[in-house]
Amino acid sequence: MTDRILAVVTLNMDIVAGGAPIFFARNQEEQVKMARYLARTLDAMVHDLENGVYIIVKH
Amino acid sequence: MEHYLGTIIAGTLAGTVARMVMLRLDYRQYPGYPHGYLSHLSLGFIASALGAVAIPAILKPDYTAVTFLALAASQFREIRGIERKTLEHLDENELVKRGSDYIEGIARTFEARNYLAMACALLTGIAYELGRAPAAIIMALLSIIFVRTFMAGETIGDICEVVPAKLWFKDSILMVENIGFINIGLKEIREKITAEGLAVLITPKNADARATIHDLGQRQAMAHTVTVLLGTKKDVDLPEFTPLARIDPDSGAVGLYAVPVERDIDALILAVKRTPVLESARSRPLKTQAGRMAAR
Repeated sequence: MTDRILAVVTLNMDIVAGGAPIFFARNQEEQVKMARYLARTLDAMVHDLENGVYIIVKH
Repeated sequence: MEHYLGTIIAGTLAGTVARMVMLRLDYRQYPGYPHGYLSHLSLGFIASALGAVAIPAILKPDYTAVTFLALAASQFREIRGIERKTLEHLDENELVKRGSDYIEGIARTFEARNYLAMACALLTGIAYELGRAPAAIIMALLSIIFVRTFMAGETIGDICEVVPAKLWFKDSILMVENIGFINIGLKEIREKITAEGLAVLITPKNADARATIHDLGQRQAMAHTVTVLLGTKKDVDLPEFTPLARIDPDSGAVGLYAVPVERDIDALILAVKRTPVLESARSRPLKTQAGRMAAR
């Protein structure tokens, strides 16, 4: 159950796909806010892939 | 017949005092709840009584009576099991876990301490038989000093240098000196860590020490000790502040990062230094030829 990607928050829908829920953000401010809320709700961590994609991971 | 009573009392007393002395030593390892103290003291008393009775049993002579020492041994093994189970249950609700290695170490220590109390009682009993009270007092003192000095165990400070280290961010990667720790995605968390986090670099003094601190259980034990002594800003929904210990694959040093409630680097260094070296983590590669060759 550890180290699972619970959600993906992206600015660019073209570069993401796959099994975890994907959230589309219209700008960076929104992306940070969404990532923060998701992480706090899921008791998980936000990791920045530095290509406009944040992943929410449960460690 | 009457002097047997003296033997038993002297032995039991010495063993119980020895157990008391050892209880004082492990206050860091285990919360000193009054009930915990009481149960361990009582068990120490029972162990001492068993050890002390052995000598009169042999002298009587009633050799089969000595077999109850074996009974005592199985009893103490059970104590290890109980201790382990209790600590494992408590660990489930710890923000920063002790880890199974640490728990195993504590449980084994408790078992061993009962044997030590028993041995102490036995030796004092023998001394009482041979030289009465003066000999018994000397023997009791010697064995208590022995358990105090030789059974205290090593700490990280004995085998490693611990120095303050630079905590910084390479983009979103948390770094301690040049060891990459973890990716922190949110800027506000990065700023908080930069402002309030602390880091130390633990450099092993030799290859044995390196092998020991590379053990995951040992690293978890250090993180746990730091959390207990300095507090942590971690919470269930703030996993970013989990204290972590990571190795530098090139130099073999270990970096430790924490966001303590009390931001005091000297206290952090002391907390790391005081962490006991776990029995399961202790390795001795330098005792082997291959290990010595590798260390050259």
